[in-house]
Amino acid sequence: MEKQRFDFVANRKIFFTIFIAIVIIGIISFFVRGFNFGIDFAGGTTMQVNMKTEVTMDVQNDLISLVEETIGEKPSIQKTGDGQQVIIKTKQLDTEQRDSVFNSIKEKYSLEDSDRLDTSNVTATVGKDLQRSAILATAVASVLMLIYIAFRFEFVTAVSSVIALLHDIFVMLTIYSLFQLPINSSYIAGILTILGYSINATIVVFDRIRENKKANPRSNFRTLVNSSIWQTMARCINTTLTTLFVIVALYVVGVPSIKEFSLPILIGILAGAYSSICLSGNLWVLLEEKLKLSKKSKNQKPKKEKKPLPEHGVV
Amino acid sequence: MGKNKTMGKSKTKSILSLVALVLAIGVLAYTAAFGLQLGDWLFPSVFDPKYGVKQGLDLVGGSSITYEAQVEDDMSAEDLAKNMDVVVSMLRQRLDNEGYSEATIVKSGDRRVTVEIPSVSDPEEAVQHIGSTAKVEFKDGDGNVIMDGDMIDGAQYAYGPVTENGANVHHVVLHLTDEGAEIFQQTTEKYLNVTDKNYISILMDDQVLSQPYFSKVISGNDIVIEGNFDEESATRLANLIAGGSLPFDLKEVELRSVGPTLGEQSLQTCLYAGAIGVLLVMVFMILFYRLPGIITSVILLGYIAVVGLILSTFKINLSLPGIAGIVLSIGMAVDANVIIFERIKEELKVGKSLKGSIQAGFGHALSAILDSNITTIIASVVLYIFGTGSIRGFAVTLFIGIVVSMFCAVVVCRFVMNQMPVLGLVKPSLYGIKKVEVE
Repeated sequence: MEKQRFDFVANRKIFFTIFIAIVIIGIISFFVRGFNFGIDFAGGTTMQVNMKTEVTMDVQNDLISLVEETIGEKPSIQKTGDGQQVIIKTKQLDTEQRDSVFNSIKEKYSLEDSDRLDTSNVTATVGKDLQRSAILATAVASVLMLIYIAFRFEFVTAVSSVIALLHDIFVMLTIYSLFQLPINSSYIAGILTILGYSINATIVVFDRIRENKKANPRSNFRTLVNSSIWQTMARCINTTLTTLFVIVALYVVGVPSIKEFSLPILIGILAGAYSSICLSGNLWVLLEEKLKLSKKSKNQKPKKEKKPLPEHGVV
Repeated sequence: MGKNKTMGKSKTKSILSLVALVLAIGVLAYTAAFGLQLGDWLFPSVFDPKYGVKQGLDLVGGSSITYEAQVEDDMSAEDLAKNMDVVVSMLRQRLDNEGYSEATIVKSGDRRVTVEIPSVSDPEEAVQHIGSTAKVEFKDGDGNVIMDGDMIDGAQYAYGPVTENGANVHHVVLHLTDEGAEIFQQTTEKYLNVTDKNYISILMDDQVLSQPYFSKVISGNDIVIEGNFDEESATRLANLIAGGSLPFDLKEVELRSVGPTLGEQSLQTCLYAGAIGVLLVMVFMILFYRLPGIITSVILLGYIAVVGLILSTFKINLSLPGIAGIVLSIGMAVDANVIIFERIKEELKVGKSLKGSIQAGFGHALSAILDSNITTIIASVVLYIFGTGSIRGFAVTLFIGIVVSMFCAVVVCRFVMNQMPVLGLVKPSLYGIKKVEVE
């Protein structure tokens, strides 16, 4: 007896609506809130200092005025580590300025040189270079994915899987924009990793769809896709879980730079699981049916002129 | 009678091969953790500070400083390249002077150079000193400074005769300005016949580079310095002298500096996180897939050991993101197994034999596994090409992790699983099936 179970394909309106909602929220956020570019892309200086004392609001405010005195601009202060460390972020400083900033703090709080844990300085030119390579890398990777999937499956499949991928990237960007999380080169590593990884679960579903299609060429495509999704559900969830375990461990236990590194991957994996199960199959159905529709209308008209495609809407 | 005998034989063979595999994994894991000495052959442990995995700056602490030549736009590409070589020699000399023998210098692009200094205690001092304009001075026999970099037009390595009809030797040609040439001539005139003082000291940053002596008055703008030079030493001297008259300044455009305490802390927490993650994965696999889960966990240990040994054998620079890459690839490594085992479960559920299910499982899953891994490989290659520094480390470890994990899942795991029917371990409950529902 067929269990009463959720029909992913029949309910695709829900998922497409969510998709569009995310896109709209994202775009609004990009324009209104923008992104919090870290020093890797915007240029600037960061310093991680062990304050050797609990970093209270008073300490933070004190540091802000200290640094402002030294370089004439307010820094941003972030508490980190075990609550006794701070990350001080300023505009780009040269080596003498960096030294004087640290020395003023060192003097006031009786620190040692070794309490200067971490320093990074990126000038605007290098920042621009990193921006450019980040965008290029993402574009190249996406195109390569598209080509590879088109080669292994078909073009329609490739397009649906890449759209699902772009959905994942979009979710990552939207969350980072909404919550103004800092974006650095580790974020780009995260994006590229997700580009390569989140397509895996999608491939598993598509592989099953292809297999079922071969075995039952006449069966209703929508029902077939739905069954394929259910058949591969355990696979998708479990592969996501195993990777999730290690990433969550890294995020929870790791030092700030590792936390920064694992968060985008974490978000991407979750978004990827959702899109592989709920979106990719539906996208394939959508594109396949539109293609059939346009093929049909081509066959009906004896003239060679192209009939315009039906209005795109959520089917 | 004959059938039982053959079955018994293949069962023994099976057990032996499994035992051999477990031993091999054990040896690999032991070698990776502690190192192994076999007679004259030393297989160093992954943690060996000298021969083990090379730890990057963000783990041992240190600084990476990128300098950019502030060039006027009208410098030709050729001149720029030559000048950048001079810069590299100058930086190298400075680093050696300061005792940073482990430092590395890498050119990037046409006008940038990155200096990596491990375990430096004061990065700002390093920046200020290493990239500053070179102070080149010429002193006479009495120690008076007679010339500095302003009076030098350039210096270069040359190979050829230095005297008429002389043999070809490696030497340095020094180009002086008119002012410099005059001073040089005057000095040689003055000290020519003063014993033990008829030489010129050439210094950079107050360190003596060379002390050529002269036996006659030297005039003209082109001075030849000859001696026991080979190509390398002559080139180096030429570059160092030229360093005093570089036509541009070096500006620090990027600095990444990690103190040793933070580095060590980062390494430890990362390894700790990795261990927790791996443990969770193993528990999960055993819970869901029972026997195959146990098999996977054991193979996973071997996988980790192999990856570690590859990193240390090929002296791959391990950065913090690099470790994250290994940890991540572990999570991804089991994905292949999940796909295979789910398929096997599916086949067992409809009543297929274990042998058949295993065959079907591996057979069907192969294409999906291949596709998934290739896409991740594409991503890591792109990341390597466009990334810099520690991000590249991540790309490398991810790549290695995926390749090794593919081998483990498709070859090793298959081999072990194929022994299960031979050993008679066919009960579906061993594979996570509650009951067989034949549709």
